[in-house]
Amino acid sequence: MSPSVRLQEMIRVIRSARTQGEERGVIQRECAAIRAQFRQADNGGRSHNLAKLLYVHMLGYPAHFGQMECVRLIASPRYNEKRVGYLGAMMLLDENQDASLLITNSIKNDLAHSSQYVQSLALCTLACMGSAEMCRDLAPEIDRLLRASSSYIKKKATLCAVHIVRKVPELGELFTPAARALLAEKNHGVLHGAVILITELCERNAQTLVQFREAVPELVHIMRGLVTSGYSPEHTVAGISDPFLQVRILRLLRILGRNNDTASDAMNDLLAQVATNTDSSKTAGSAVLYETVLTVMDIKSESGLRVLAVNILGRFLLNNDRNIRYISMTSLQKIVSTDHNAVQRHRGTIVDCLKDQDASVKRRALELSLALVSAINIRSMMKELLLFLSTCPPELKSHAASGIFNAAERYSPSQRWHIDTILHVLITAGADVRDETVPNLIQLITNASQLHCYTVHKLYRALVADISQQPLVQVACWCIGEYGDSLLQGDCEETEPIQVTEDDILDALETVLQSHMSSPATRGFALTATMKLSTRITENVDRIRSIVSIYGSCMDVELQQRAVEYNALFKKYDHMRAAVLEKMPVMDRSSMGQTNGESGGGGVQELEPTKPKQPEMMVAPQPASQVGGGEGGGGHGF
Amino acid sequence: MAVTSTQSSRTSGGGLWIPVESWPSIRFILIQNRAGKTRLAKWYMQFDDDEKQKLIEEVHAVVTVRDAKHTNFVEFRNFKIIYRRYAGLYFCICVDVTDNNLAYLEGIHNFVEVLNEYFHNVCELDLVFNFYKVYTVVDEMFLAGEIRETSQTKVLKQLLMLQSLE
Repeated sequence: MSPSVRLQEMIRVIRSARTQGEERGVIQRECAAIRAQFRQADNGGRSHNLAKLLYVHMLGYPAHFGQMECVRLIASPRYNEKRVGYLGAMMLLDENQDASLLITNSIKNDLAHSSQYVQSLALCTLACMGSAEMCRDLAPEIDRLLRASSSYIKKKATLCAVHIVRKVPELGELFTPAARALLAEKNHGVLHGAVILITELCERNAQTLVQFREAVPELVHIMRGLVTSGYSPEHTVAGISDPFLQVRILRLLRILGRNNDTASDAMNDLLAQVATNTDSSKTAGSAVLYETVLTVMDIKSESGLRVLAVNILGRFLLNNDRNIRYISMTSLQKIVSTDHNAVQRHRGTIVDCLKDQDASVKRRALELSLALVSAINIRSMMKELLLFLSTCPPELKSHAASGIFNAAERYSPSQRWHIDTILHVLITAGADVRDETVPNLIQLITNASQLHCYTVHKLYRALVADISQQPLVQVACWCIGEYGDSLLQGDCEETEPIQVTEDDILDALETVLQSHMSSPATRGFALTATMKLSTRITENVDRIRSIVSIYGSCMDVELQQRAVEYNALFKKYDHMRAAVLEKMPVMDRSSMGQTNGESGGGGVQELEPTKPKQPEMMVAPQPASQVGGGEGGGGHGF
Repeated sequence: MAVTSTQSSRTSGGGLWIPVESWPSIRFILIQNRAGKTRLAKWYMQFDDDEKQKLIEEVHAVVTVRDAKHTNFVEFRNFKIIYRRYAGLYFCICVDVTDNNLAYLEGIHNFVEVLNEYFHNVCELDLVFNFYKVYTVVDEMFLAGEIRETSQTKVLKQLLMLQSLE
């Protein structure tokens, strides 16, 4: 019976186990058998035992006891034992295991083996798990192989050298001459590896970079050959000759041309040629074009070339393949600050991508759209952005909301538009906006004095419709408290007139106070607003008094304190009530964050001596008291 | 993550060697089925065993919820995953954020076409029962975290050669 059947048999048995427990049992038995076999002398089935162990390892079970067996098998003269041994080394050994050092000598011997397949096994393993010491020991061997061996070995040796340079950068010096010579190779695989090696070397050492700049004409020549004459039919993918090699060469050119005029000039024509001649109907061509665009944008290219590159990205945006649209937007994001006008031309397509079904495409489109907002397109862009906000996935809502606020602040064409926009955001995404939105909005509203009537009407309507969005409710309460008299007047030139009675307003505020959806801060706003209305309305002052006194025994300390103080205002300081609760003056931006701010709050100063606890209250981290602190010196000067 | 970064401040004839972050382009390659069973795991970077397990689970979680409406690229931790689904198997390559997505997508497809040729209409069971051969294919096409050989004909020729040595 050939031993490999035993492996397949074991696999079959494991797969037929019906429960996890059964599988574990089978595997334990097998592992015990394997361990026993390892302890015996050479019996010809060693490689298959190790293979079985590796399968078990792949399923996730521990297999550390196989490490020494790997070392033993690697040293064996037989090819199939070596092969499994090396595979085991790659799977079970890594740099942290002590056993890995033991195979260094075997690898060294195998690198000089007569069979290239054995050499290749050794190279592969070294490239996969070679530690820094192993790399130092074996680097001269690799260098030798880079210069004189078959293409098959050179291919592996170049990438092994790449691994070595990553682990021990100083060894790059050793490989530089060989790497330079490899550029003359015709074999694609070797060339590919050589380009990767040169890229690594240049990224790590500035002088090597300067040295390899002289190779730019050679690289340009190779690329030209690939693009025009179909170098090698074996490497063609979807009509493009060796797209992988093209991509790597373009990447190397990018590194060489960065910040250097001569090198960039030398590659200008080539890049234009690649950009115009490559067919982008399949992914392979698009990959090459994409890399070309990245290179053009990174080196010192002439403006015509840059425009060409941005146009390619624009074409990508119209592509049916979602992948291509996504990477196009990623690149446009990087260049939107430098080539703003060029990107603006594709604004329509980008905005359309907001409606794509993939969340990551949406995110990219959102960021790009926000970057493209300007004074000219603000109205149309905002329409699209608000539409997006109402349908976007929850993880993007907060980012979209803050982006919209920023854009509105910088470019809004009128105050009314600005307020409308913020209200719209609060209605659609109120839960996701940042805390400072509320004081910002309030400050904005006080500044727009001619719009008070309009604003309070809109907010009242919004409040009556829905009291779940806390920021909206807070702003609405504040406005109703301040401008309740205009609300009662009924007509306002900018919106339809509605009849609102004092009872209606108090009903609305009471609903907010009593609702379980209102946060403590919101209730604070509502209570203060109710209090302020006592000077704005005429008939229902008693109702207000009763509301306020109920909350004098509220469980929430903040509300209780307010209610008690307002009660005191009614009872003992009634003569001052009108002065205390008169309209707030216009606030400056700069005073908003202060806890004991001196801006405005006229008439409130008299209350300070009687309420020594206020300064501490101001410092308490509640949005309501933050607003209170910013608005006036002490007290609850809402 | 255990990283051996070497501090090099020795000025030699070649100047200063910058110990740039020495990550390979490809961090790892995974083939998983829909249920989460790993059919191949090739690591090009140093990870502990439990980190590897965690990564496998996370990749599975991230990739299986996506369907045809999504792109083939997922941002994952501080790198990205390029993946493609073939029947019940997900082929995932984890690369650096600066790498060319489309090129690696083509790379995956290249790899799968070779598997298909080598196993004559490959299916999941082929990958299970011949797992060591799959590793050989991977090692012929990828090495040290980079794409190594891109010509399908060449790779298949090598594989048949290696097979005859068994």
